[in-house]
Amino acid sequence: MTTDTTHKNRVLIGKAGLDGHDRGAKVIARALRDHGFEVIYTGIRRTPEEIAAAAIQEDVAAVGLSSLSGAHLRLFPAVVEALRQAGASDIPVLGGGVIPREDVPLLIEAGITEIFTPGTSVATIVKAFTEACATHRSGRTL
Amino acid sequence: MTSAAIASLLERVHARDPRAISRAISLVEDNHPQADLIMSSLAKEPIEKMMVIGITGPPGAGKSTLTGQLISRFRAEGQRLGIIAIDPSSPISGGAILGDRVRMMQHALDPDVLVRSMATRGRLGGLCAAAGATVRIMANGGCSVIIIETVGVGQSEMDIIRLADLTLLVLAPGLGDDIQAMKAGLLEVADLLVVNKADCPGSESLALDLESVAPDRSRVCQTDALTGRGVVELSSRLASLDAEHRADGTRTDRRVQAQEREIVDLAIELLRPRLDLAVSALHSEPSTNPRHLAHELLLRLGIPDA
Repeated sequence: MTTDTTHKNRVLIGKAGLDGHDRGAKVIARALRDHGFEVIYTGIRRTPEEIAAAAIQEDVAAVGLSSLSGAHLRLFPAVVEALRQAGASDIPVLGGGVIPREDVPLLIEAGITEIFTPGTSVATIVKAFTEACATHRSGRTL
Repeated sequence: MTSAAIASLLERVHARDPRAISRAISLVEDNHPQADLIMSSLAKEPIEKMMVIGITGPPGAGKSTLTGQLISRFRAEGQRLGIIAIDPSSPISGGAILGDRVRMMQHALDPDVLVRSMATRGRLGGLCAAAGATVRIMANGGCSVIIIETVGVGQSEMDIIRLADLTLLVLAPGLGDDIQAMKAGLLEVADLLVVNKADCPGSESLALDLESVAPDRSRVCQTDALTGRGVVELSSRLASLDAEHRADGTRTDRRVQAQEREIVDLAIELLRPRLDLAVSALHSEPSTNPRHLAHELLLRLGIPDA
């Protein structure tokens, strides 16, 4: 074919656990859309395993999680673990929400690539997703 | 990527590895240099056997919810399913929010339900360019039933009719009067007309209006996708129509025609860059009859008397 290869950034945005506050996730999903991303939105109350299965079926380059309920220390690492169990530990997980500063190093330690807290600008978040997608693409053999 | 890597990818597709299936779809969707090799290496038999169901209709009619219900029916029969859920790309940023999965999450952990959300990426007609390729890859990944959910459409986005063996047009009450049902377009060519939200006021009269325009009344079904009412009847109508079309040759005829249309579309796509190049060399003056200039353009490419 004469058509050129495209590198469309595909990401998944979702919420794990019982936290029903999805305003933040939707704001980020729209911002990413407006920057040319294809955003698979899974909605609220997903299990870490559901998010991992969706990330694999959709072939996303990154997963973004939002948490406003205080359960991030349990749920974000659980998604990292679910991806690892499903053989997709290469897909980076980024997280944001109401997250106390002292929790950030714990989450990074647990394998979350980036953490966004209240006050992080949309531009910073879009840039982090763009970089996560580029890194994932360059590390891919297939 | 080497052809050995592609061979191993395809081996994993045939072994039903979900990562390999989704990677193969992305490579084709992104026009990777090896996309042609992937497509020509696929096995034909699963593609010949699969059943492709198209689900189309206006935004908010309940396509995704109904798809979720149909998945349950086919899973009860032990079928492995592929779902292609298409949503529009932004004409401004090129981005998209693909949200149809939200209505199908009850199947999220079922390894025999593969859901792929796809953006139109500028294509009109209700599908995305890679939909046909995705169907074939999913069939090679062991899916015996493939459901394609189009973007929310109006009256004439007909691409799905070509790609699917059977097409359902999903409608809901409250979207217009009986004149809407008389109009030409999708209504005439869909295999089944589904009045969804059958619990809502106006659904009976919509069903009656549709029955009066449909070639036969059994083409109209009523469902309430939220509760699942009418879905058993719908899926048995689908099964009998599929059996009918397999027996009387309709299915084969449609697939032959669909492939011919697809070849023509692809040939035009291949020709387009050359046309784009040649048209600027034409230095055309404003004309009352651009058709004449189109003939001249083809002449310059060595295609006389078009």
